Amino acid sequence: MKELVEILAKSLVDNPDQVVVKEIVEANELRYELNVAETDMGKVIGKQGRIAKALRIVLKAAANKEQKRVSLDIV
Amino acid sequence: MIRVEQTGKTVEEAIEIVLKENNVTKEDINVTIIDEGKKGFLGFGTKEAKIVVEIKDEKDKKKEIALKFITEVVEKMGITATIDIREEAENLYIEIDSSDIGIIIGRRGETLDALQYLAGLVVNKKASSWTRVILDASGYRKRREESLIDLARKKADRVKHTRRKVSLEPMNPQERRIIHTALQDDPMVTTFSEGEEPYRRVVIALKK
Repeated sequence: MKELVEILAKSLVDNPDQVVVKEIVEANELRYELNVAETDMGKVIGKQGRIAKALRIVLKAAANKEQKRVSLDIV
Repeated sequence: MIRVEQTGKTVEEAIEIVLKENNVTKEDINVTIIDEGKKGFLGFGTKEAKIVVEIKDEKDKKKEIALKFITEVVEKMGITATIDIREEAENLYIEIDSSDIGIIIGRRGETLDALQYLAGLVVNKKASSWTRVILDASGYRKRREESLIDLARKKADRVKHTRRKVSLEPMNPQERRIIHTALQDDPMVTTFSEGEEPYRRVVIALKK
């Protein structure tokens, strides 16, 4: 799952080497903190958060398969 | 895709010439060696190297990016799938087949739409022109299209019958386009969209 967040983020940004993903595993929930270059923030959030929303939908689908909850924070 | 033939003292030299003349990098070409060439001895028996080079155009590169992106993402989602990609008119059409297809489609195609949107962004990131990416999963979009056309005709009949307009449930732009197209040749009704995304919906009304 962490790799999935990384691939999605790295594919979208201009500075893939500055993508950092932190994974926090709780009982039934996976939490991800995504860090990208300042100039790439728009590339992972999008207008009205449209890209962030799409990312969360894809993560949710993958997490559902493992019967886990998932959250993504862009920090 | 452009094909060129090039000779040189060595294979490397021939490649260099092609890269320079076409102003491209090594990632943009596929090289087939026809003849390795021979150095010879004291000028005797020298033979030039010969290569055939395929230079990828923007469409080829987009296709590669799209296939790589979807393949990696689907794999990291923990799903085994076969992925097929082809050019359809100006668009890139990607079809995913898997026994876990429900996960890729999601509720009302939610996941499929999200993946399609992301793939579009990734493919066009560095491009000068926009290529639409259409993602389908085991024929889901085709089936959805058929049921939307069916719905459009049924609702249009109701509008003609009751002489009152009908508004459909909220749909994404792609689905709304299917409804508009399905009814554009109907002489009795007209269609338009109202409301703001993501709650924008099609209204079917009597033509005045």
